[in-house]
Amino acid sequence: MTTTTAASAALAETKEAPVFYVADEHDHPEGSSTMLGFWLYLMSDCLVFAVLFATYGVLGANYAAGPSPKELFDLPLVALNTSMLLLSSITYGFAVLEMQKKNQNAMLFWLVVTGLFGAAFLGIELYEFAHMIHEGATPQRSAFLSSFFTLVGTHGLHVTFGIIWMITLIVQVWKFGLIEANKRRLLCLSMFWHFLDVVWIGVFTFVYLMGVLR
Amino acid sequence: MSTGSHSAHGHGGHDSHGHDSGHPESTFKGYMIGFVLSVILTAIPFWLVMSGTLGNKDVTTVAILVLGAIQIVVHMIYFLHMTPSSENGWTMMALIFTVVMVVITLAGSLWVMYHMNTNMMPGMDPSQLP
Repeated sequence: MTTTTAASAALAETKEAPVFYVADEHDHPEGSSTMLGFWLYLMSDCLVFAVLFATYGVLGANYAAGPSPKELFDLPLVALNTSMLLLSSITYGFAVLEMQKKNQNAMLFWLVVTGLFGAAFLGIELYEFAHMIHEGATPQRSAFLSSFFTLVGTHGLHVTFGIIWMITLIVQVWKFGLIEANKRRLLCLSMFWHFLDVVWIGVFTFVYLMGVLR
Repeated sequence: MSTGSHSAHGHGGHDSHGHDSGHPESTFKGYMIGFVLSVILTAIPFWLVMSGTLGNKDVTTVAILVLGAIQIVVHMIYFLHMTPSSENGWTMMALIFTVVMVVITLAGSLWVMYHMNTNMMPGMDPSQLP
């Protein structure tokens, strides 16, 4: 009896319990992985847009005897819209530069300018949508219009949330200053905002320009 | 064996987690280069389509798609600051994976559905109706 317990005790001593995780956890500075994580989110968002683009590509020619892109799209208006988003991208860049120089007020100024350009983009897009719906080109009219409103509307929704986020950050920086956490958030929003511009390149090329060409 | 490899991994990982190491400082010059290139690469396709300079629709389509692809790369480099080494290459890895998925989704859907349309519903073209 005693010999067996001694033997098992010896066995337990020599046999280390298996460890399936890193036992000596080195410390991560707070937020060190946020940028990579946010990038992964953007990539998954990219897949959402890819599916919507594919849907539009498949259904975009099914007009159901309704209006075609050529009759609906107003390219000068789209060009104006595109320039608003492009300008908001460069002004956000200026905000990031001021953030690196720790000029809080200049940073806030460029952030407000960026938000206004974003709002102008949304306003023009909503005007365009209202105009189309007024003409009877509603999302229910044809498969082309359903997929068009879904794709462009999803992008517009992203811009809306980007503006809400921007207002939140303006308040946060105004209240707490350019602390490390706020800098991290500003860089995340920077990625989000530039990513939306990248998606818009796809939209104006694939939807508007190619739609008018068709 | 396990403790040795763990500590080695721990130190290696810790060094690469230095603050802001993965994010190159943005520069005014970089943003301006990106902005000017984007304006040019946006203006050309709009001008091509609105003026119809190239005459041929297919040629124009290919041209604006190529210009759009170039502009996306410009945005990635100058606005999103993508470099092969940022975050130890993980952002580039995720990007390459995503691009592959996007290409499969887009090309696959368009290819399959184009053939479905042309092969499954003959005579449904409104312009062919009597």
